[in-house]
Amino acid sequence: MSAVQTVGRLFLSFLELVGEVTLFTLVSISHCVRRPFYFRLIGRQMMEIGYYSLPVIALTTLFAGMVLALQSYTGFQRNAVGAEGVIAEIVVLSITRELGPVLAGLMVAARVGSSIAAEIGTMRVTEQIDALVTLSTNPFKYLVAPRIIAGVTTLPILILIGDIIGVLGGYIVAVYKLGFNPTLYLKSSWDNLFLEDVVTGLVKAAVFGFVVTLMGCYQGYTSRGGAQGVGAATINSVVSASILILILNYLISAMFFGT
Amino acid sequence: MTTPKISLRNVTKSFGRKVVLDGVDLDVMPGESVVIIGGSGSGKSVTLKCILGLLTPDSGEIEIDGESVVGISDSDREHINAKIGMLFQSAALFDSLTVWENAAFGLIAGKGMSRTAARPIALEKLALVGLDEKIAMMTPADLSVGMRKRVGLARAVATDPEIIFFDEPTTGIDPIMGDIINELIVDCTRETHASGLTITHDMASARKISDKIAMLYKGKIVWAGPTEEIDTADSPIVQQFINGQAEGPIELDISAA
Repeated sequence: MSAVQTVGRLFLSFLELVGEVTLFTLVSISHCVRRPFYFRLIGRQMMEIGYYSLPVIALTTLFAGMVLALQSYTGFQRNAVGAEGVIAEIVVLSITRELGPVLAGLMVAARVGSSIAAEIGTMRVTEQIDALVTLSTNPFKYLVAPRIIAGVTTLPILILIGDIIGVLGGYIVAVYKLGFNPTLYLKSSWDNLFLEDVVTGLVKAAVFGFVVTLMGCYQGYTSRGGAQGVGAATINSVVSASILILILNYLISAMFFGT
Repeated sequence: MTTPKISLRNVTKSFGRKVVLDGVDLDVMPGESVVIIGGSGSGKSVTLKCILGLLTPDSGEIEIDGESVVGISDSDREHINAKIGMLFQSAALFDSLTVWENAAFGLIAGKGMSRTAARPIALEKLALVGLDEKIAMMTPADLSVGMRKRVGLARAVATDPEIIFFDEPTTGIDPIMGDIINELIVDCTRETHASGLTITHDMASARKISDKIAMLYKGKIVWAGPTEEIDTADSPIVQQFINGQAEGPIELDISAA
């Protein structure tokens, strides 16, 4: 086979994949906005995605805030710049705009995306999805829509909590390790935080929630070939969701703050 | 003339260059129990999946109650599937649900019945397949293969379907449990007055549960007739298969076995 044929074949495979993912996305969205809604399943997924992810998100953002305060202080000291006034600003903006949503998105991709892909993938290879069809139940409605709805709605709440914990992490290091004035630190944090900073983070969170759950569902739903296929689906869900999170993070930041 | 519950006309299906179904014709009449027999890779499962809408045939016509079901919309398929029940080879129970929720699934998710109303019906169907109320709160992981098949059967008949499909109902279980499952299939189909379509390569099972047997070989029905006539069938392929002989006209497809 010539190099041109190989490139052509790869390009066609890529287009086929893009088409398949697009179709899957459109069908999924259509089922998210159409009756019937399985509220019991949506509630269960909200617990699974939101509540059970809270400890890992809290730890991630807490230490992100702490290390951010510490490193910023070290950097400013090295350049003999007065750090106290800007550390709070750096922490609060970095956490709410970027680190909170991205780190939480990546952690949820690893914890929830992989779990969704493994669960739906196992259902696929053990004929449970076929069983759903024979029981007059649309798998998109029953499996995909509740997970996407739960992801889009709970991730912003999760990230809002993560933002608060991240800022708290910066506060702990600034006040108890670096000896900053606590009142001034909090005032500086509050004064430098604008509504659009929080809104940007929440928009990102909703988009990342959609991407993580969609990729988990897609990879699981299309998995083939027994245990090995389910394993591959799990890996692919985390990798694809993580890459998409990083790309979309830049695009949303550019949309809100690009001049 | 009575309309068949299921009718297949010249159904073909290929995967790449491999032709799996090569013009299948078959009728299942109301109240009739038909068993499709055939070796591994002969196309039995693909036939079943085409009827259920899990696969789309390349050509040909499939009708359920006189309605064409090839290429219909998802909502029309849900409407058609409301008439059917299916026992999967591995039972395909939902891991995350309890036994009674599995049995009641078609009533709750498919027909929109409340959980409170569906539970007694599920328990009644579980009793029909010999499972008591203590089992109802267990999960599928707690059950043996035979018990899972029973739960799968209870789920298949819970909605009182007009047609029930059985995919290798006795595969993977011992002969005694196999016979019990066969008895349950006969009882359940009689109880619900349903038509049955079973695929199997277990001749004991086929003889017990069928009114009519069809033999699928190389993607075609090579013989079909009443169960009592299969032993005198003039097809060497059928004779080799039902007698389990290594020598004969059947070519073993090692790649599909």
